[in-house]
Amino acid sequence: MSEGHSTYTPKTGIGRWFDARMPLPRLVYDSFVAYPVPRNLNYAWTFGGILAIMLTAQMLTGIVLAMHYAADSTLAFDSVEKIMRDVNSGWLLRYMHSNGASFFFVAVYIHIFRGLYYGSYKAPRELLWILGCIIYLLMMATGFMGYVLPWGQMSFWGATVITGFFSAIPLVGDWIQQLLLGGFAVDNPTLNRFFSLHYLLPFMIAGVVVLHIWALHVVGQSNPTGIEVKSKTDTVAFTPYATIKDAFGMLVFLFIFAYFVFYLPNFLGHPDNYVVADPLKTPAHIVPEWYFLPFYAILRAITFNIGPINSKLGGVLAMFGSIAMLFLVPWLDTSKVRSAVYRPWYKLFFWLFVIDAVLLGWLGSQPAEGSYVFMAQMATLFYFAFFLVVLPVLGLIETPRRLPNSITEAVLEKNKGSGGGHPARATAAPETKG
Amino acid sequence: MSATDIQDPNRRDFLYVATGMAAVVGAGAVAWPFIDQMRPDASTLALASVEVDVSSLTPGTSLVVKWRGKPVVVRNRTEQEMKDGEAVNLAQLKDPLARNANLPADAPATDANRTMPGKEAWMVMVQVCTHLGCIPLGQEGEFGGWFCPCHGSVYDTAGRVRGGPAPENMSVPVFQFISDTKIRIG
Repeated sequence: MSEGHSTYTPKTGIGRWFDARMPLPRLVYDSFVAYPVPRNLNYAWTFGGILAIMLTAQMLTGIVLAMHYAADSTLAFDSVEKIMRDVNSGWLLRYMHSNGASFFFVAVYIHIFRGLYYGSYKAPRELLWILGCIIYLLMMATGFMGYVLPWGQMSFWGATVITGFFSAIPLVGDWIQQLLLGGFAVDNPTLNRFFSLHYLLPFMIAGVVVLHIWALHVVGQSNPTGIEVKSKTDTVAFTPYATIKDAFGMLVFLFIFAYFVFYLPNFLGHPDNYVVADPLKTPAHIVPEWYFLPFYAILRAITFNIGPINSKLGGVLAMFGSIAMLFLVPWLDTSKVRSAVYRPWYKLFFWLFVIDAVLLGWLGSQPAEGSYVFMAQMATLFYFAFFLVVLPVLGLIETPRRLPNSITEAVLEKNKGSGGGHPARATAAPETKG
Repeated sequence: MSATDIQDPNRRDFLYVATGMAAVVGAGAVAWPFIDQMRPDASTLALASVEVDVSSLTPGTSLVVKWRGKPVVVRNRTEQEMKDGEAVNLAQLKDPLARNANLPADAPATDANRTMPGKEAWMVMVQVCTHLGCIPLGQEGEFGGWFCPCHGSVYDTAGRVRGGPAPENMSVPVFQFISDTKIRIG
């Protein structure tokens, strides 16, 4: 990204006074108005903005829900029902919050798959990618703890199973589990600390988001061709071009979100969570929220001992390992070409990986018995093979397609092919180095 | 005094290291209460033992009490259940250890080692599946012991795992008969 000088010129006296003392308007102008973005960004690139909206929405609805919620194991379930029945507009705020979590994950998964498809993690964007992975981890912790708060059966038993992972760690496992629970089983101390942390973590996410955007603005956005911006003709100004495209993307996304909030508010939830937590009775099938299902399937796929590692610890290691893979992607992928558009084999394996992830999600929702176990084992094998075999090897043996010389050339070529809906504009004129 | 006259390591190096060490120890001392507060508190630990009246239990019946937030089953086993438990060949067991907190950690998982000497009819056990913490159902499954509905682990009449993904036998907590009809758990 060409690091041009700031073009902000305050128009009023107050503006100049401010600019000389604390140039916040300049920062906003340079970041969200004049900021140059690649001219060929597609709708996959609108999910960053959508995620920012979802984080804000979750924080706003969460803060007001906390005004009515009681973090006490004897009161929690009833206080949620009170929010649903008695609190003015409480039903709406709670449905926005619970479905908002799901749609936050929908957006983040599309955002992550976008990054994988277009190779957005490659140099110089490794740190940007890792910051994103950290946000994702924090989101998972926040989502998990939030799901415990209504104190239903799934809350309780989900928390039991997930904190049970830590007991698999040799020697210190039980001590760590008790440290997390504040007791010997999930109980009031657990609920209290989860509420406290559920309130804290979104602010930590917001902090890492600032770093994520900072890193983005240093290296600039990638784009569907994966070719770096070379000249001024490759970019357009953030406002109005990206602003309006992001706004339209958000509108469509929020439309679907609203459909769920108003017409399918419990579609993504589990009916057992409308039964108050009972420490003496386990539901027939414990399933986590849908956005954890692929990892849950990987956890349960390890039914066999691996050398000195028993099946329980093996499952936990495989599950955490599956997330750790994401952090390593920038170094596992050996190809010099970023975008899957120019990598025919990678494109194929990418879509197989998407199918595999969805398959794992479905298997995670099924009982762990019979052929489901074997399918989950095969899907887990492919999951790891994609990262540890396909990404490193493909970069060495694959012949990529010819890359265009610049973003502008790629765009013009495409427009020519599609019958020339866009006449060549001034911006497409021969290179004028900026 | 020229620079070469200063000994290495000199007094300044010592001060740097000493300051750094003090800062590390200080940071640790401040951090500890923040970690320590997360451990089970006094009121949780106060519930660490419960007394149960078992006078109403005839052979073939059981009751469940809550101990440390977990269900503990007390079962007065039938003659047949005890016979089934004793007949098991230890080599067939997935987990060969007794998992009895009243015995040494390496005690083998014989039927007697899963119970108290002289009180072999009484099975006292944390009724929590050792896989992922579900509550198994009593007197079900192919061995007539316990069966976990979550992921299909099967336990025999002595609570030893015989099938499914669970890695260990269900644990026997510290307990004692304080009279013929009373058990203290914990």
